[in-house]
Amino acid sequence: MSLLRKLLSTGLMLLAAASAMAAEVPEPRGSGDLGIVVERASGSVLVIDTSAMAVLGRVEGLGDLSHASAVFSRDQRYAYVFGRDGGISRIDLLTRTLAGRVVQAGNSIGGAISQDGRMVVAQNYEPGGLKAFDAQTLAPLADIPADYGEGRRARVVGLTDLADGRFAYALFDAGEIRVTDLHDPGHPQTRRFPAGKSPYDGLATPDGRYYIAGLFGEDGLALLDLWQPEKGVRKVLQGYGRGQEPLPVYKMPHLRGWSVANGRVYLPAIGRHEVLVMDMANWQEVGRIPVRGQPVFVMARPDGREVWVNFAFPDNGAVQVIDTLDNRVTDTLEPGRAVLHMEFTPRGEAVWISSRDDDRVAIYTTGTHALLKVLPAKSPSGIFFSARAVRSGF
Amino acid sequence: MPISRAWSSGFSRVRSELRLCRGVRGLLLCAVAGATGAMAGMPDTTRQAALVHMVREDCGSCHGLTLRGGLGPSLLPVSLQRLTAEDVAAVILHGRPGTPMPPFLGILDADEAHWIAHQLRQGFPQEPARP
Repeated sequence: MSLLRKLLSTGLMLLAAASAMAAEVPEPRGSGDLGIVVERASGSVLVIDTSAMAVLGRVEGLGDLSHASAVFSRDQRYAYVFGRDGGISRIDLLTRTLAGRVVQAGNSIGGAISQDGRMVVAQNYEPGGLKAFDAQTLAPLADIPADYGEGRRARVVGLTDLADGRFAYALFDAGEIRVTDLHDPGHPQTRRFPAGKSPYDGLATPDGRYYIAGLFGEDGLALLDLWQPEKGVRKVLQGYGRGQEPLPVYKMPHLRGWSVANGRVYLPAIGRHEVLVMDMANWQEVGRIPVRGQPVFVMARPDGREVWVNFAFPDNGAVQVIDTLDNRVTDTLEPGRAVLHMEFTPRGEAVWISSRDDDRVAIYTTGTHALLKVLPAKSPSGIFFSARAVRSGF
Repeated sequence: MPISRAWSSGFSRVRSELRLCRGVRGLLLCAVAGATGAMAGMPDTTRQAALVHMVREDCGSCHGLTLRGGLGPSLLPVSLQRLTAEDVAAVILHGRPGTPMPPFLGILDADEAHWIAHQLRQGFPQEPARP
């Protein structure tokens, strides 16, 4: 073999090796357009791409995902999925693998991530309280029992992150709003505020200033100014039911994920087929919008121009769109049977809607409300996009 | 104890309503309450599948997919020991005043509520696995 041929063949081998190596290194990509769809019955999530409008893969082994919700690491690479069975699963959106999992309670309802992204906090029904974990390792950091009365523990609802490592939440059984400072997780500090009967969920306004808890047991909502918490809880929209017998509520509304649009808060009435509209300047009711059924999610499009509403059983096949200039329903869509959740793309050009009983996710353009695409999913419920990472209260 | 008060007052109310309705549908209720578990007016298999789906998925939004409880209490057989099938059916049809449990009368008929109550007490069927 001549020297030339030897050199040539070595060169070719090197080239081949180099290209093989290149093939093993995945193409770098961002994760700001990724997200997950919870498949509630099979304990799995789909990792999706909102730019390609495509399913990238499935991650399994997440336990009981009925009433699952998710938050995201601030680098938008990891999703933390909180399952009903108390599991917290850390999912790597890029590799589509489970990157950590703990089972931290017997019955859990959701969670939040701290302002600095270092801590995830679960809100639990059983045993009632909060538990905080290191966001990278899921090592336990703090346990905050929701004690009330004589040795009782209340179920925690409406957990939301606030500035300075604080978290606001409400206690269904104790009728309180609490604010826990986890800035130093070794020494949590909790303040308690009587709120009213049976708070079922809560939200913080986008600036984190106000916390609003919906009350199941009262005709009204509880409002706490977190910039001046010493002023205590104020009741707003009191008597919105006007003394009428409430209609049956076959699914509790969700307040989490604020619906502030055009200077107003849009809220589901409870026991009434109405969306309530409240002026944020003075917290007075400025309108109520008749809708198809008991509203569950009342979600503002990111620009606030529209509010999209889905409904409790048995009206859960419809989604209605409210125009926030006119405060009236301008469109009714039928995305599939048992619509459980909606999620807007980061800047709101599209909305993804899950239809549990048709095993699909329908994607609509928000401009014309035209159906863009339908993706298959097994019994889908919550849809969560990584852009939630940069929004307080999500 | 407001919760237990709500329980007992709810039950005494629905029990008295049941006594009233027993006159009309006495045969049916007795059959359901009977130890054999044989039921008159049992929903057909298609309807049974729809009821299983409804309980697992829609009741599951409060009681959990596994029925181990959430905002609503556990519906596992061990949790329902102290209630008769009749009690359970009455709660399904009439709800529990003062709690979030709504009445399903109008969505379910008495036969369906009794079939669900009976299944809950025995250990509720799973939904068939999806492909």
